[in-house]
Amino acid sequence: MVAVGSKCRTCKAPAIIDLPRHNAHFCAEHFLELCRRQVVKAIEKFDMLSKDDRVLVAVSGGKDSLAVWDMLIELGYQADGLYLGLGIGDYSDTSAVYARNFAAERGLHLIEVSLRADYGYDVPTASRATKRVPCSACGISKRHLFDSEALKGGYTVLVTGHNLDDEAAVLFGNTLRWDVEYLARQAPVLPARNGFPKKVKPLVRLTEREMAAWCIVRGIDYLVEECPMAVGNKHLAYKAALNEIERQSPGSKAAFYLNFLDNMAPLLTGITAAATDSLQECTSCGAPTTGDMCAFCRLAEKASAHEPVPVELVIGKGRKR
Amino acid sequence: MKVLLRNPKRELVIDGKRSVNALLTQLDLPRESHLVICNGTLVPGDADLTDDDVVEIRPVISGGA
Repeated sequence: MVAVGSKCRTCKAPAIIDLPRHNAHFCAEHFLELCRRQVVKAIEKFDMLSKDDRVLVAVSGGKDSLAVWDMLIELGYQADGLYLGLGIGDYSDTSAVYARNFAAERGLHLIEVSLRADYGYDVPTASRATKRVPCSACGISKRHLFDSEALKGGYTVLVTGHNLDDEAAVLFGNTLRWDVEYLARQAPVLPARNGFPKKVKPLVRLTEREMAAWCIVRGIDYLVEECPMAVGNKHLAYKAALNEIERQSPGSKAAFYLNFLDNMAPLLTGITAAATDSLQECTSCGAPTTGDMCAFCRLAEKASAHEPVPVELVIGKGRKR
Repeated sequence: MKVLLRNPKRELVIDGKRSVNALLTQLDLPRESHLVICNGTLVPGDADLTDDDVVEIRPVISGGA
């Protein structure tokens, strides 16, 4: 390999990455510094975390969750990990190995919960039993169990690895539908309230390309393969559309999402408050819900009564809606 | 050069020196959603790749939200 022209914007050493949105190249050291700076900026601006917090990081074995756990430990936070076994065949088995290895190599504490062993179902079965697309069944399970495990363990904050691309894609989808209630809830911090832990997304100022690069530079082994059940889902289509815009106009994704937070989200706060006023306790698990039984308990009840469905039978169903 | 692609995993052999950006364009892969690792090191878009290199093109997009 013959190195050419590009030098680090900060120190002029040979660059390892080009970041068109910053119109700059960076060496490994100054790329990591940029990422740390962006995370600290997000944490401070949105009052996400303090050094006294007991932090639980939702860990999937992929690049984003391992990167955010790595960064928080590096920045001096007390952070344990939570891995949720979703039962998506080999994909879940492999992702668990990456999460366990990351924790073991660094002497970190990883809590493990298994949908099949602990709740009697898995995501493919839940998808089939409830006639939901797999990503919907997965999302309901994850959101509920992340919350309940954080509260059970006495953690003060739940961290997820959602990055700028994730948030911009969700914003894009909500905007296409003008779904005002979802738009109102799309904040990088959700404060703690009855039955819900505080939830924060420290990676909202960093792209997934930057997070993959963080892992490569830091020597973090992560699961590169995509979830077989996510193939063809709308979220991926939104990301591809935004990346095409980004190619033609670097910085557009960050402007779309971060300017939404600054300029639009403050106008929607009353809508969130009205929606949370009507919550009551789930008759089965006690979690906050708008109906009698929460979405998770309804899903778990149906899915656990259903014969197990192999992942191969529901692959590709995400593209049907 | 030997080029490793993911999702699905496959390997190509491509002859002739070219830049990282040119290789991505040739394979119709967007730069914003891929990283290129040459002989174990991350490389920027204007780095030149030669016949002796082992190159991994790593997708960075994940589908969950």
